[in-house]
Amino acid sequence: MDITINNQLVQKGKEKQDEFTPVFNINNLNLWYGQDHALKDIKFDIPEKQVTAIIGPSGCGKSTFIKTLNRMVEMVPIVRMSGEIVYREKNIFDPKYGVEELRTQVGMVFQKPNPFPKSIYDNVAYGPRIHGIKNKKVLDEVVEKSLRGAAIWDEVKDRLNENAYGLSGGQQQRLCIARCLAIEPDVILMDEPTSALDPISTLKVEELVQELKKDYSIVIVTHNMQQAARISDRTAFFLNGEVVEYTDTSTLFSNPSDKRTEDYITGRFG
Amino acid sequence: MGLINKESVKKKMGSRVAANGFAKFLFILATSFSLIVLGVLIYRILVEGLPYLSLDFITNFASRMPERAGIWAALVGTIWIMAVTAPVSFILGVGTAIYLEEYAKKNAFTKFVQVNIANLAGVPSIVFGLLGLTIFVRLAGLGSSVLAGGLTMSLLILPVIVVASQEAIRTVPREIREASFGMGATKWQTIRRIVFPAALPGILTGTILALSRAVGETAPLLVLGALAYVAFVPENLLSQFTVLPIQLYNWTSRPQEDFHMLAASGIIILLIILLIMNSIAVYIRNKFHKRF
Repeated sequence: MDITINNQLVQKGKEKQDEFTPVFNINNLNLWYGQDHALKDIKFDIPEKQVTAIIGPSGCGKSTFIKTLNRMVEMVPIVRMSGEIVYREKNIFDPKYGVEELRTQVGMVFQKPNPFPKSIYDNVAYGPRIHGIKNKKVLDEVVEKSLRGAAIWDEVKDRLNENAYGLSGGQQQRLCIARCLAIEPDVILMDEPTSALDPISTLKVEELVQELKKDYSIVIVTHNMQQAARISDRTAFFLNGEVVEYTDTSTLFSNPSDKRTEDYITGRFG
Repeated sequence: MGLINKESVKKKMGSRVAANGFAKFLFILATSFSLIVLGVLIYRILVEGLPYLSLDFITNFASRMPERAGIWAALVGTIWIMAVTAPVSFILGVGTAIYLEEYAKKNAFTKFVQVNIANLAGVPSIVFGLLGLTIFVRLAGLGSSVLAGGLTMSLLILPVIVVASQEAIRTVPREIREASFGMGATKWQTIRRIVFPAALPGILTGTILALSRAVGETAPLLVLGALAYVAFVPENLLSQFTVLPIQLYNWTSRPQEDFHMLAASGIIILLIILLIMNSIAVYIRNKFHKRF
């Protein structure tokens, strides 16, 4: 079963070589939490400047997977990994490739909005500052550009010095996206970014994702299948730590090739 | 249905309500006991101490004549001791807490260290006095100086500061650390720019409360050989000194009634200092209280 899927993938990749430059190539990635085999032989490519959605039931390893892409998963002490993840021709597990360097290229937006207990301005300026930018003029420009990029500038431009905790949940999440844009990443990882938001805020974030994919490659984990169908170009379906199916979003939702995918998207389990 | 006998429930109702009232009465009694004792204490001190309280009392040195005696040397000595204790205990305590919380691997050894720090907080202060006498006064040859006293007091309150700082650091949510790491920040940048500022109010509150404990300590400094009668203020870190509680202890142990009243005046000054320190702690806690 796995082999046929992988062949299909290879073919798909070949067919669409013109529009499919990969930013990530994941090869035989395995991950264990202690004895628990959480990711099994993951193998696929993530395209540049597209939205890749990862769906699957709770506990299937989708969050774990996205956190391996910027090595945040290593913050769990008992994690072990094998295989390789190649980001733009560099193996991210290569000891010479610093984790800090990787994370300035691969930014992340988290499940729960997590602004710092600082002003709105300082939140967005945090990334540039830790990378050594002190020039006030440059910082001002980066902050404005990032907040505009995250479609929140008009709401906060008059209160940049107020504490970010005064914002609503949806605004906080867009602020976190702005904070992520401020380090000018190449890839943005989003781990269920709308699961803590109300429908209107969710809509705003979804529109934003559509806007952002012009400039960034986006990987988004979601437990909301409609969301994946609405905003993504390609979708991977995870189940029990394996990739069951990975293809164009429209194909996956209209004509899934695996029975388990079909069962999941039609709501028979999960 | 029918398992519960409604009649007996009704019969017991009265005694249950009575027991409820009795419990409430007991707790009120317990609280009022300490309130009354505190009230009597403050009343006695004010009645005895206020007559002697004046600017002269604060600016005069100790004297054999009660009407000329003051607490200047003790007050300045206390400030000197604090000037040594505060920075030393803050830097060492917070440094230890950051290491234990952020860097140290969670294994049997760190657990052992952790338990021992918590235990040290409960060791009687006189033991720390003996330690200071051995290490600072004799071994390091500092004599009965401000420096030796301040360092001993630092040791005494260090465990309290470490534990309070650790707790403050632990309340900083994992999510905002992750956000910082996720942007390529190093561990040190994350600690310096995110964790430490967020934990600072808690750390400062703990530190000030620990310092106010040190202000009232007598035993360790007596063991070190702090002087009871001092007619000068310390000039440098190696000067001899006395502190407020030692001066008070000295006065209360004299036979003359007048000196007891002087002691009461001194207690008022000491209480004011403690009150100010605790108010600063409360102020910091409220002002910088962070919602996460």
